[in-house]
Amino acid sequence: MEFYTLDTMTALYCAMLLPFLAMAGNMAFSGMQNIRDTFTLLCAVLTFSCVLVILSNVGNDVTEPVSLFSVFPGVDIAFNVEPLGLLFAIIASGLWILTHIYGVGYMRGNNEKHHARFFACFCIAISSVIGIAFASNMFTLFLFYEILTVSTYPLVAHKGTPESIRGARTYLAILIGTSVALQLTAIIWTYVLTGTLDFTQGGILEGKVVGWVVPVLLGLYAFGIGKAALMPFHKWLPAAMVAPTPVSALLHAVAVVKAGVFTMLKVGIYIFGIDFLADTGASEWLMWLAAYSIIAASIIAMYQDNLKKRLAYSTISQLSYITLGMALASSMGALGGGMHIAMHAMGKITLFMCAGAIYVKFHKTEISQMTGLGRAMPITFAAFFIASLSIIGLPPLGGSWPKFLLMLGAVDTGHYIIIGVLMLSSLLNVAYLLPIVGRAFFMPVPNDTPRTYNEAPILCWLPPALTAIGCVILFFYAGTLQDFLTPIVQK
Amino acid sequence: MANTALVAEHTARTLYDHLPLLQVLVPFCAAPLIVLLGSRRLAWPLAFVSSAVALIISVMLMMSVREGGYISYTMGGWSPPLGIEYRIDTVNAYVLMLISAIGTVVLPFAYVSVKDEIPSKNHSLFYACWMLCLTGLLGMVATGDAFNVFVFLEISSLSTYVLVAQGAARDRRALTAAYDYLIMGTIGATFFVIGLGMLYMATGTLNMADLADRIADQGANRTVRSGFAFIVVGLGLKVAMFPLHLWLPKAYTFAPSAVTVFLSATATKAALYVLMRFIFSVYHPDFSFTTNALEIIFLPLAIIAMFSASFIAAFQINFKRMLAYSSIAQVGYMLLGIAILTETGLTAALLHMFNHGLAKALLFMGVGALVLRTGGAFYTQISGLGRKMPLTCGAIVVGGLSLIGVPGTAGFLSKWLLVQAALERVSENSLFLLVSIAIVLSSLLAVVYVWRVFEVLYLREPNPDSTATEAPLMMLIPMWILAGSCLWFGLSTDFLYDIANQAALGLLDGSMGMLDSNKTLGVE
Repeated sequence: MEFYTLDTMTALYCAMLLPFLAMAGNMAFSGMQNIRDTFTLLCAVLTFSCVLVILSNVGNDVTEPVSLFSVFPGVDIAFNVEPLGLLFAIIASGLWILTHIYGVGYMRGNNEKHHARFFACFCIAISSVIGIAFASNMFTLFLFYEILTVSTYPLVAHKGTPESIRGARTYLAILIGTSVALQLTAIIWTYVLTGTLDFTQGGILEGKVVGWVVPVLLGLYAFGIGKAALMPFHKWLPAAMVAPTPVSALLHAVAVVKAGVFTMLKVGIYIFGIDFLADTGASEWLMWLAAYSIIAASIIAMYQDNLKKRLAYSTISQLSYITLGMALASSMGALGGGMHIAMHAMGKITLFMCAGAIYVKFHKTEISQMTGLGRAMPITFAAFFIASLSIIGLPPLGGSWPKFLLMLGAVDTGHYIIIGVLMLSSLLNVAYLLPIVGRAFFMPVPNDTPRTYNEAPILCWLPPALTAIGCVILFFYAGTLQDFLTPIVQK
Repeated sequence: MANTALVAEHTARTLYDHLPLLQVLVPFCAAPLIVLLGSRRLAWPLAFVSSAVALIISVMLMMSVREGGYISYTMGGWSPPLGIEYRIDTVNAYVLMLISAIGTVVLPFAYVSVKDEIPSKNHSLFYACWMLCLTGLLGMVATGDAFNVFVFLEISSLSTYVLVAQGAARDRRALTAAYDYLIMGTIGATFFVIGLGMLYMATGTLNMADLADRIADQGANRTVRSGFAFIVVGLGLKVAMFPLHLWLPKAYTFAPSAVTVFLSATATKAALYVLMRFIFSVYHPDFSFTTNALEIIFLPLAIIAMFSASFIAAFQINFKRMLAYSSIAQVGYMLLGIAILTETGLTAALLHMFNHGLAKALLFMGVGALVLRTGGAFYTQISGLGRKMPLTCGAIVVGGLSLIGVPGTAGFLSKWLLVQAALERVSENSLFLLVSIAIVLSSLLAVVYVWRVFEVLYLREPNPDSTATEAPLMMLIPMWILAGSCLWFGLSTDFLYDIANQAALGLLDGSMGMLDSNKTLGVE
């Protein structure tokens, strides 16, 4: 078929440019909402197909970097395809389609303003996520990382109320602050030490640095990648919850935060090298910090009454799983971290879309107000339930596998306490997620809440239903996923 | 001297050989022509055409010295060191290109802005002064004669005072601003010429290459050293080096918009070039007092400037004034690059000179467009204009991002190089780790003051009775040319980086860079 003859680099550039086309479309058709939203949907589908073309062309091979611009000697703006990035691109572009459908339903159902600006910024964010996924060196990655921060700022501040502007300021201050002050320093330092920033199998730092510089450099990266929401730089994520829910769903459960942990994995695997980290023990402290983040964020989540805030803290905790996977410095840990990017994305986007559906229909944001709502919104809450189980990590749902791999990694490296941490975290997840479902289905229905079927608009409940089914399907394809990711940890 | 013997037989046969002179002569002739014609309608076209010609000449000069080497041009056939020599190498060709490029891009913008801000009876004199200012800036960069630098410095300064004072039609405070600038600028120029006097006393020559040679021969003595002090302070005033910057915020705030655009992108840069030329070429960086001055005085002052000026900028409520303070901070970055005293550091300083010129010119043009439509640059006056003037505000966003140094914009690359330069010296002196942290932290302050403007433009409600509409095309085109270059040079730096690097190497060679360049060009 003609379609499959698209070569990999063309498909890659298309995947990055199509969202821009969608943005231009949003600007051009800003008055005609049906044409505008259909056009964006079309672009989203095409973007996803481009990524699938790359998948069918490359599989899980690693391609040679192709340079677009030369910046400094040894630093290019260049792209290549490797399994982890491809996985991230598939998730982001695939879920963009669903989120866009959901977003249209949400924005219209909620009578939000400035649709065109909203969707235009959304498109830039997606384009930069694709750029992050396929960046072949740290410089390119950083470039798109910052574009992502700047382009999501208007989304967080979307409502324009003093509260949302304050939230957006916190968001920007932490993300720009950490990335410029710490990450950029780390990147330039790496460049000064090694003369290159290319992502290389086995890392580029081995033999170039010794002693105290290794953990310090790792620290600059780990805290500098603010999007990974490692404590104590996690405050931006709850602050960003003032954004409309489609933003929270795709960006703050999937694209932005996953860009953070994806960068973290990339740095661990391709800049430091898993073996180098294991040999020097430089990541040991990071592992404990991640473990602390997992537990602490879960405990904070239990005390949040605002549903989106609770989910945000849950995200902080879950992101630290991936940081933990990198910091374990074992191949199983790294694989588990990589896989968790996919599994958590599927689960958390479902939860956020459910939260948004509840808001669209009943304008309820606090968990205490959701008593008995299950009868009115059975599909929403069923999807919420399934996704909760996946986040907790119970079979037969996708979320169980990465936890299993992380535990294997912990055993490999002899850190048995980490197994305890992971188990405790699962219990805490049960404690803060399942009561929401229980309250909705089993507690007596208050008088002001409808008892009969009264679902949100179909555009709001269908996407979470689909992603909830996705959580189940992923359970059975975890092996495929693991095989797919294996090359990233091969020598 | 072998070198001068080579140059002595200068018989230029084609127009091409006269490029170094024409670079200065074209705007110089345009100035009296504008006055003599006295026509309001002809003033602007003449100014524009001569600026464009100057730009073409500077690009041609750049192309011939891009790979190193220099062009020596002697006035009236008097061979240097007796005659006045123009000497174009990579460093000053680069600065000439920046000045003439900005000068040309600003003029279409000035056409609209000047009509709005300056009474029409002054127009032809205004453009004459503008041309004189351009002449002075180009001249002080092109010349290879130290006293000639002073002459051109004064030409540019005197015309600048007049240009700044033109803001009086709008706000009488422009007069005191111009007066302040006059006093400070004159003190600076006096210091500079005293320094030159001392050098002349010690060496008996005023040709820069010859000066370098003789200072190298006789070594440092007290006269040479005090000359250095006077020259640095004098030029420091012109550069607006902290704490000699006091004239700048007022002058930039009250000058007519077009003048601010032009000055911010060129005047301090030309003075900075002369400062570099004296520090690196005339005096050697190997002289201990040069190195000391850089590390003990320039470095801390640069860092203080970066922080304090950015901090003050964050509290301004007037867009134009905020940008003026930001300029002082940005000059700090350039001085820091010089003070780090490595190839990377100098490359960063030179690159930042260009990138900051682009971004600041763009932002001041944005202010000019907002002033044209709303009558002022206070945040209360320009709030919520993001929807009413989308193209203007879009360009301001690009310029602001480049000022912050967001990746993908030109400003990012110079900051990157600066941090890299500081980190490269960590191995010999771990204090440089602190310097690199200072650079990134101060650029966070830039986020604060720039983001405030973004919020004012996009998130605040517009003034209910504001009737602002999009700026005219004559303003938008230059703005978007600069915005495009901010983005283009942020992604593809090959061209600029190579030139800046070559220029840095030329400067770092010290006086050798001026004397024993591997080839002379344009000489028969």
